[in-house]
Amino acid sequence: MNDMRIVERKVDANEVKISARTCQVYYGDTHAIKDVDVDIQDKTVTAFIGPSGCGKSTFLRCLNRMNDTIDICRVEGDIHLDGEDIYDPKVDPVQLRAKVGMVFQKPNPFPKSIYDNIAYGPRIHGLAKTKADLDEIVEKSLRRGAIWDEVKDRLHAPGTGLSGGQQQRLCIARAIATEPEVLLMDEPCSALDPIATAQVEELIDELRARYSVVIVTHSMQQAARVSQKTAFFHLGNLVEFGETGQIFTNPQDPRTESYITGRIG
Amino acid sequence: MPVLWIVLIVLTLGGVGFVIGRMRAMASADGDPRHLHSLPNYYGTHVFLAVTVPSMLLLVMWLLVQPLVINSQVSSLIPQEAVSEGSSLGLMMADVRRVADGLDTAVAAGAMTSEEASQIRTEFTDIRERLGAVGVALGSDVRPEVLKAAQRYRELSGRYGLIMAVVIIGIALAGMAFAWSRSHAEFRARNVVESAIKSLLILASSIAILTTVGIVLSLIFNTIEFFKLYPAANFFFEPTWLPSFGGGTDSDGNPLSKLGILPLLWGTLYISVIALLVAVPIGLFAAIYLSEYAGPATRAFAKPMIEVLAGIPTIVYGLFALLTVGPLLVDVFGAGGLLNVSWMQGGTAVMTAGLVMGIMLIPFVSSLSDDIINAVPQAMRDGSLGLGATKSETIKQVVLPAALPGIVGAILLAASRAIGETMIVVLGAGAAARLSMNPFDAMTTVTAKIVSQLTGDADFASPEALVAFALGMTLFLVTLGLNIFALYIVRKYREQYE
Amino acid sequence: MTDATANPVQPDGRKHGSLLQQDARIKRRNASEARFKFYGILAVATGLFFLVALLWAIISNGTGAFSQTYLTVQVELLESKLDKKGNRDIADIKKVSTFGYTPLIQDALLKEVQDRGIETEFAKKKDMKALISASAAAQVRDHVIANPDLIGQTVEFRVLASSRVDGYLKDRVSRESVARDKNISPAHLDLTDALVEAGVIKKIFNLDFILGSDASDTRPEAAGMGVSMLGSLFMMLVVLGLSLPIGVAASIYLEEFAPQNRWTDLIEVNISNLAAVPSIVFGILGLAVFIQFAHLPQSAPLVGGLVLTLMTLPTIIIATRASLKAVPPSIRDAALGVGASKMQSVFHHVLPLAAPGILTGTIIGLAQALGETAPLLLIGMVGFIASNYPEGVLDGFVAPNSAMPAQIYEWAKRADPAFYERAWGGIIILLVFLITMNIIAIILRRRFERRW
Repeated sequence: MNDMRIVERKVDANEVKISARTCQVYYGDTHAIKDVDVDIQDKTVTAFIGPSGCGKSTFLRCLNRMNDTIDICRVEGDIHLDGEDIYDPKVDPVQLRAKVGMVFQKPNPFPKSIYDNIAYGPRIHGLAKTKADLDEIVEKSLRRGAIWDEVKDRLHAPGTGLSGGQQQRLCIARAIATEPEVLLMDEPCSALDPIATAQVEELIDELRARYSVVIVTHSMQQAARVSQKTAFFHLGNLVEFGETGQIFTNPQDPRTESYITGRIG
Repeated sequence: MPVLWIVLIVLTLGGVGFVIGRMRAMASADGDPRHLHSLPNYYGTHVFLAVTVPSMLLLVMWLLVQPLVINSQVSSLIPQEAVSEGSSLGLMMADVRRVADGLDTAVAAGAMTSEEASQIRTEFTDIRERLGAVGVALGSDVRPEVLKAAQRYRELSGRYGLIMAVVIIGIALAGMAFAWSRSHAEFRARNVVESAIKSLLILASSIAILTTVGIVLSLIFNTIEFFKLYPAANFFFEPTWLPSFGGGTDSDGNPLSKLGILPLLWGTLYISVIALLVAVPIGLFAAIYLSEYAGPATRAFAKPMIEVLAGIPTIVYGLFALLTVGPLLVDVFGAGGLLNVSWMQGGTAVMTAGLVMGIMLIPFVSSLSDDIINAVPQAMRDGSLGLGATKSETIKQVVLPAALPGIVGAILLAASRAIGETMIVVLGAGAAARLSMNPFDAMTTVTAKIVSQLTGDADFASPEALVAFALGMTLFLVTLGLNIFALYIVRKYREQYE
Repeated sequence: MTDATANPVQPDGRKHGSLLQQDARIKRRNASEARFKFYGILAVATGLFFLVALLWAIISNGTGAFSQTYLTVQVELLESKLDKKGNRDIADIKKVSTFGYTPLIQDALLKEVQDRGIETEFAKKKDMKALISASAAAQVRDHVIANPDLIGQTVEFRVLASSRVDGYLKDRVSRESVARDKNISPAHLDLTDALVEAGVIKKIFNLDFILGSDASDTRPEAAGMGVSMLGSLFMMLVVLGLSLPIGVAASIYLEEFAPQNRWTDLIEVNISNLAAVPSIVFGILGLAVFIQFAHLPQSAPLVGGLVLTLMTLPTIIIATRASLKAVPPSIRDAALGVGASKMQSVFHHVLPLAAPGILTGTIIGLAQALGETAPLLLIGMVGFIASNYPEGVLDGFVAPNSAMPAQIYEWAKRADPAFYERAWGGIIILLVFLITMNIIAIILRRRFERRW
């Protein structure tokens, strides 16, 4: 797993999808995220790395307003998606989340069939007019989730019966099915074994062609393997943000260097 | 109270045993407790337990068995032909006991010498009148064989009482002597005492089983007794409940009372369904709101407030039904009421009892559902919200389906509560057993009839009273089935998310 | 969004509309969201409304029982009526029944009316009967028997007014409602008004309702909760004395010693089922086992207490086991580590630490038992007039008595609506006890709650 290959890719050409400026997050009295400025580009994988409790997951959850479900959480500053402020009072978080999908740390398939898991999003958003439309969406999403071949014969078996790696790919397919523009992934591989991790990482790389992907990860190797841009968080601050290759080979900030070389973490 | 005296004597002996046991052990260690195997008090406790535990257990068993033995001996005194028409041996024995108790009371009150009590004959004295003078009312004249049996009954219980006292105190003394003789320094008193205490703990935990056994036996025996007097097929399938006032049988030997359970089951079911129709939506929605929407302040206020409803005794709900809700409903649905219909004749009705029972069940449904909804992992909700579902879509399509088995279990438990509820229906539902569809009619339930059949003046040996045990058996089996099924579902559900 | 619905399977992903504009579908979904939330608020509000309605019914109907209407009259204790021989022999005085005293009180009230110049159509002492409680004569008689020297004097008595007068002052009885009442006429109510003005009739705090005994069907004004309160007290003593030690012993065994086997499983299943068995079934058990089989006295608080003990045990066992479970294993290990036996570690360390939780559970179990009615009906604690205080502690356990909820039920079943007020008042007393017990439990929990 000590594969530190850095893939140099030309990514600056892509347009900015999400831009955050002076973003603050408070949990009650705790200042969890301090003054974060970041630009996330379309058709790019952006990785958030940093030690536990540094705020990377918290910040990720701000991007589709999942933090709204936590009573004591408060967000300040601007986060724009395609130039629109997502914390504007007129914005419906439901509509936002349809646009910015999310995959969670632990695979969380609904206790329904595989088919219904995928069809859930398209159904609530009204994406399919007929049963045939829906079948098509399900198949396409499962294919894009790289799990179609494994489940095509048992679409009506419960999603909870799959293995951990399959469940996570199912959850990714479920998120794709609503046709989001951005896909947030909160440590999607932390609950998976190495083989399943490799499959999910490969999938993430494929997803880059269509979506802007933001991935929070604990593993620097993973960030190096899948991302083009990397942001390093430490104690609620965004310490450094740049090309993945540059962050790993030539960090500008001493804290980044300490983390990458294993002195803090 | 001789039994109380026996208990006190045994306890005193135990106290004495504690002291002498401890002393002997200390003496054998030359007064130095460090030479003892166990702490000195263990030696004392050892003797105390040896004195009290076996004798007390024997006392309890003796008290349970003695009436059975006396009954069988006395009942052989009553000749078969003396058991009159429409009566039974059990009925006669009840008379015997009543007369015997009456004689005891008379002797205690000084209206009779004990000599006289064991000698008098019906031929020479009017027993009924003499016992009536000391406040013991007898239903009919005392027949000679009953009196003779009663005298024998007194004689036997006196004799056995004496034997019991001697045997029990003897056992206590023997226990003391045995334990005392073992009290010396090398004796492992702590180990013995601890295993004795452990046995007592096991005994205490077996009370739960004894209670269930007691319930089942008391129901079974009396139900069998009932089915001897009344055909089971009529009980289960006759659509009429009409106990005749004095009991008795017609010329063909069939009972005059019609004791069909169907109207009672119908009333029970109807009231329970209305109660659940009130409690389930309100309780479920309240639980959903409080666990998914309400802020911490609202939750901290509303949840305990709703649960207060669960702490209110059922008699209060009964009174509320009888005196507040009933009249209110009549004002709306009765003749000349607000709606100008005359569906409701009186305050007591299925609707009255059902509504109030529904109120009682709201906290039951809501707190069970609350637990169950909270057991659904947050990851499920996040998954759905992350896909852009609204909260209500998440609840309806993800949380509730996931919680469904648990909620079904909770509803079944609530149904079992509703079926077994007594006070609300006794006061709010009325007394007439009928098979009607009108929810504003008075109807009655299994529980209400258990109360009315066992609190009247009917003889305990008559089918009119015994039917209550058959009703109780039905109730017990139905609620037990529901409970076991519901607990099974809920447990399965909990395991799923643990 | 519109083009997306038209062609959902675009090769290049769906292009969403602006976040700031809501399409029709989102509006519909949000409306349904608001509706759903509203149902939830409605349900909570309905639950709270029922609670308020219940409490309002209790308080508005029950507070009346705590005040009672009395008449203050100067009764001339005529020697010619009460002690014809004039030798103050107590045996002779006792021979005069309450019928001898009734006319004296009626006379006294009539005199009061005439002295004050109140205009009324009533001129005979018999007419006063409607205003005076039937228990007034017994009250005067008891006083005279206790103080025979008073005979021949005029003594001031405060006697109970009749329940109709009491009801009139509490707005339960009106001129319309007495039109068909043969006990009292509207003119009596006019007289009552005048007497209230004159200060003869007064409504004062009713201590007798709290401490007094039950009264017969015809005298609701004299009925009180005192005796049944004692009945409940003795029952609770039995419940506490039996269910606490048995419950704690059973829980200790199940939690600390029991091996995982069939027998333990059976006990556990039994306990959880007993907790859900209808209370009336426990009444049947009590009737069949304690009364029919063991021949314990009917209507006795002892039997009631035994039945309620069996009902309360599961509650106490469940609470005790929870608090034993909350004591961390490290405490047990520490005790075992210094050479204590398992039994010593439990009794010296675990049990004291779990005591607050056990106590809280016990109080809550007792509160449940205190309010339980149905099983008491079957063992005969209703249907009679609980008019005698127990003669001693032992008598308190075995003498026939009622209990608070049974007394309330008894009043609710009586024909005279004047008893309903008593029933509601009884509920207030019962609830005061329950609230007190629950508050004690909450305070105990707050005070001693330990987070490990």
